[in-house]
Order: sequence, then C-alpha cells, then structure tokens
Amino acid sequence: MTDPLKPPPKKDPQKVQAVPLLPPSMRSRAAMGLTAAAAEARFMLQHCARCGAVQYPPRDACRECLSVDLDWRDTDPRGVLIAETTVRTSPNLYFRGQAPWRTGTVRLEAGVSVVVHVHGDCVKGQAVRLINRLDRAGQGVLMALPEEATPDMADDPELRELTADPKHRRVLIADARADHTPALVQALRAAGATTIFLGEAEAWRPWPGRAALAALEGVHILPLDVTDTASVTELAGEIGGKVDILINNARFLRPGGVLSRTDTAWAREEMEVNALGLMRLAQAFGPGMRARGADGVNSAVAWVNILSAHALVPDPAYGAFDASQAAALSLSQSLRAEMRPGGVRVMNVFTGPTEDAWHQDVPPPKVTPGALARALVAGLREGCEEVWCGDVARDLAERWRKGPKVLEREMGGDT
Amino acid sequence: MSVLAGLAGALGSGAVEVVDLTHTLDPDFPVIVLPPEFGQCARFRMEEVSAYDHRGPAWKWHTITMSEHTGTHFDAPVHWISGRDVPRGAVDEIDPAAFVGPVCVIDCSEGAAADDDFELTPEIIAAWEAVHGRIPAGAWVLMRTDWSKRTGAAYLNLREDGAHSPGPTPEAVRLLVEERDIRGFGTETVGTDAGQGMHYTPPFPAHYILHGAGRLGLQCLSGLDRLPPTGALLIAAPLKIKGGTGSPLRVLALVEKETA
Repeated sequence: MTDPLKPPPKKDPQKVQAVPLLPPSMRSRAAMGLTAAAAEARFMLQHCARCGAVQYPPRDACRECLSVDLDWRDTDPRGVLIAETTVRTSPNLYFRGQAPWRTGTVRLEAGVSVVVHVHGDCVKGQAVRLINRLDRAGQGVLMALPEEATPDMADDPELRELTADPKHRRVLIADARADHTPALVQALRAAGATTIFLGEAEAWRPWPGRAALAALEGVHILPLDVTDTASVTELAGEIGGKVDILINNARFLRPGGVLSRTDTAWAREEMEVNALGLMRLAQAFGPGMRARGADGVNSAVAWVNILSAHALVPDPAYGAFDASQAAALSLSQSLRAEMRPGGVRVMNVFTGPTEDAWHQDVPPPKVTPGALARALVAGLREGCEEVWCGDVARDLAERWRKGPKVLEREMGGDT
Repeated sequence: MSVLAGLAGALGSGAVEVVDLTHTLDPDFPVIVLPPEFGQCARFRMEEVSAYDHRGPAWKWHTITMSEHTGTHFDAPVHWISGRDVPRGAVDEIDPAAFVGPVCVIDCSEGAAADDDFELTPEIIAAWEAVHGRIPAGAWVLMRTDWSKRTGAAYLNLREDGAHSPGPTPEAVRLLVEERDIRGFGTETVGTDAGQGMHYTPPFPAHYILHGAGRLGLQCLSGLDRLPPTGALLIAAPLKIKGGTGSPLRVLALVEKETA
C-alpha cells in the first residue's frame, strides 16, 4: 500500500529552501541509449542483431557472440523480483536526502537480470513490470512496479522522483485563449493540479470562453503577453515562485512557405511568439523554477512546450511557421541543459496538424484539444522529454529517425 | 514685438498653454484589429538594450518596434489606395507647413456617450457652424467623443460583428473636404473612421475621401475636452520616415487661456 501524498503545508518563511541535488549522471555512450528511450518513457534494451541476445547493462559488444551490431528495441518489461534491499544511507548527497531507497534485482523474461529501483508495493519473489524513466539528473533508470496497479501507486516517493506528476502542483499555461486551453485545464485539474494560472494577452480584445474558465475554482487569469518582455517579467515577479509546471502553449501560425509569402511580417511574428516568446518566458521563469527543483511535494518539476512535429522537417505549405518551430525546438534543447542542474524537466509535446481554423483544408487525422491534453498530462506523469501526439507526429518522428533526407524530399511533394 | 516673440512671452507667462493630445506609447495600448488573414498592426514593443549594467555600464536605452499606425498616430495620403498617387503624399514628402494649423473641435461627446455607433453628419457640422462660425479653409477638424477616456475592451468595443465606435458619415467627410477644404481630420478612436466604417459606401469614407484628396488624418488623440471649439493651434508633425504612410507622433495644441 502506498501512502497517499498529502497536500504540501504552507512554506515556513524562515526556513532555507532545499537545494536541488542530482543523482550520479555519468554514463557511457552506450548507456545513453537507455536515456534516449526514457525520454519517451519506452522500456528498451539492446538486442544483438546477429544472435538475438538481449543485453544488460548496455555495452558495445554482444555478451554472447561479440557482435557490435546492437540495436535498441522495445523489450518485454515483465520479470520477477528476485532480490531487494533498502539503502538507508549513501555518500551521494541526492540519495542521502531521499533515503530510505529501495533497490533490487529483477530477472526479466527477456533473459537478463537487471538492477532496478523498486516501488514500495513490489514483493520479493513476485511478478513485476519494469519501466524506464529519466531520473532527476535526466538519465534513464529502470524501476520495478507491481504487475497490477495498486492504490495511489503514483504517490510512491521513488516513483514521484522519476515523474513530473501534476498532483498537488501549480501550473502556468501561457496562453489562455488557445483552442486547447479549456481541455488542458480540465485534464490538469483531473490530475490533481491545485492552481492553474492562465496568461491573457491583450485583455482589450474579448474572447469566447473567458467567463467559463475564470469561473473555475483554482483558475486565475493574469496578464501575460509573451511578445512583451515587460509583461513576462512582471508576471514572473508576481507568481514566479509558485509555478511548478509551466506550459508554453503560445503560438502564432499562418500558412505559407518562403516564396508563397511575399514578405517577412508574419514570419517575424511567428518568431516573436513561438521562439523568442519561449526565450522570454524562460529568462523570466526559468531561474526561479531551476532553484525550486527540490522544494518538497510541490517542487518545480517541468517546463512544457507544445510544438509542431514539423519542427523536425518542414511542411513547405507551412514552411515559415515550421522554421519558428525548429527554432523553438533548438532553444528548448539548450533550455533543457540549462534547467538540468535544478532537476527540472523540459518536455516537448509534438503534434501533427491541429483541429483549428488554420488547418481547415488539411485532411484528418488532426489533433483535437482533448487528445493534446491527454498526451500532455500522460507525458508529465511519465516524466517524458518527448511526447509524440497523434498519428501524424508519430509517423513523422519514425520517418525522421530512419532518414531525414528522404523525409525532406517526401514533404516537398511531387510537383 | 514680433509675432513669435509675443508667442514666446505668452508661453512663458502661461497665457498660452501647451496641451498634450497624445496617449503614452504603451505595449498594452489597443491597436486596430483586422481579419486574421490580413497583415496586422504591430503593437508597441520595447526591449532593453542596457540599463547601466554589463551591457552598457553608464547608459540605459531601448530598442522599440511598432507599426507606423500604432498609438496616437498620423495618416499620410499614401496610407490609402485612393491617395497612392497623391504628389508628396508620404510623411517625409509632405510640406511641413501642413503640420501646423488652426483647429476646430466638434463636440460629439454627448451623442457618443449615448450611442457607440454615433455618426458625425453634415447636419451636426451645420449646427456647429451656426454657433461657432464657418470652418475656415486649411483647418484641422477634430471630432471630440471623449472616447480617449475609455480603457481596456471598451476602447475598441469589439463585438462579434466587429468594432463599435463613433465616426463620420461619407457625406460629412465630403462636406469637410470638398466644401470646407480642411487640412485634416482627427478622432479619439483607433481610426478616423467609425468602428463599423467598412459598411459605408465607400467603405472607410474618412480614409478614402480624405487621403484621396491629399488630406491628413490623426487618430487615437487624447483629451480633446481640453480644447476650445475654435481658436487653438494644432502641431502634429510625424517622424520623417522615407516613404512612410504614417507615424506615431506627439500631438500638441497651443491654447490661449481665457482672460478674466
């Protein structure tokens, strides 16, 4: 049985804040494969392309046949917990602060024994399933969970360290007006978020749905325009210390590539909102969040960007917008490295075409607000860095991994 | 005593007051909102370059960006398609003498308070002239609505069928341009035309008729209630932007204080 997580008490203003500490992060290049898989919450191990042997720990040559042709593949996560112990002290500052910490060994059905973190509800000798998650240092680690879900299992302290769960946390959504904001608010509230701040640009421009959002308990609409540095700085000054999850959903989008537009005016606006807006938000909110990475139950835990999957490769019909998405993706990767010392995750939710007025003539499948909200909250609960939302985004990512040049040509069409 | 020496003395003594008719350039000041497929009016933005810090130890300065038509601003004839061939129709080409002139203020504030779509008509102009005399050729004519006292969403007053704010009818603009030969027309709203001005024939009559005839526009003026109906002098000089269609500017009026 997991003890349900209690809402955090109000902070003692006389206490020095806990400094974010990280678990050891040194890994071999081969072991980084686990990290790449954990970024998408996938349980993957190396499989030998020649003899099929599953490998653990990650290595450069097959343990059976010495082939160096080892592929990372999704692997059966089922096994049996054959040994377990509880670490009560550690020379490592992070684990010393987190103790007691349960670890153990799992014999996988895939044929290897692995050393793992162990959920409190796992019983020695019984079946477990493994998950691969990013730890606070942003490295992939394996954890054993009970085979079947148990009550409040997400509240297990070891598991919570590996996720960015919204429960008991406070969220800032940058653009209250976005089509998907009501769905996001609903999903976050259902996931246990206590407070949701919504940024509103240009309050002098009315918008439908404002009253309904403003009426929700725990939802606060505050002035925020990501193109206006003063506005971003002012809001960070007001609520920066209370933002545990920041969802950057501000977006400016118009169709058109390079030649199909005749000027750079919209492209400038796309860069202002989609790329520089991210940077302004990060400069204002990032340092405070990074400093609050160990701030108890409602520590700062995640920065979320909602991006088009065409950040990877442009669809020329939306080429100028996609350039801003590529810029935002690049900035997010730098931000991720800069936030890492605080243990704060940077998660990108990549979508295919969204169900909105600017994609009226794009055939389905399109990403609905509800689907986006579900994927985003699931990504937080799994502590992902990358979430592919919808069939188009998943397909693009797969093709991009196989061959970016081929994909680029395919995007150009046959004209 | 020369005219200017007399004016300088009056300014010094306070007998002539300088009245500022300009809104502060503020990132959150409303701008005109066009259908989303059209290009949009850039909001005023200000980025710090340095503030007595490592980026420049002894000085503070900003980079500012905005549209030519942001905040209290000036419309040149080339702003509108009807004025595109007007000679010397861009802000850098207009004779600077055109920027300074006598000003008539037609008070429509009562009507605008009662009706968001209040129209300035030839009848209202005739009634004004019956009291204050004929509008002289070369005058700036300003439509006072006290709209500049509105803030937030009430300023553009956007509804599902667009903006609702007062403005002139086509007949009123034609009268002012063709029969009174005015220098330019100014308002306290976001444009020289009414919020619903696209539904007149011609659409946006103030823009179409004024600029087609080489006349000037002023909008987002502030505090026209501080001007007398006649007798003040308006100074409205736009930035000298090469080929510019307009410009944010500081609009000043010289007003003689009533002598007791």
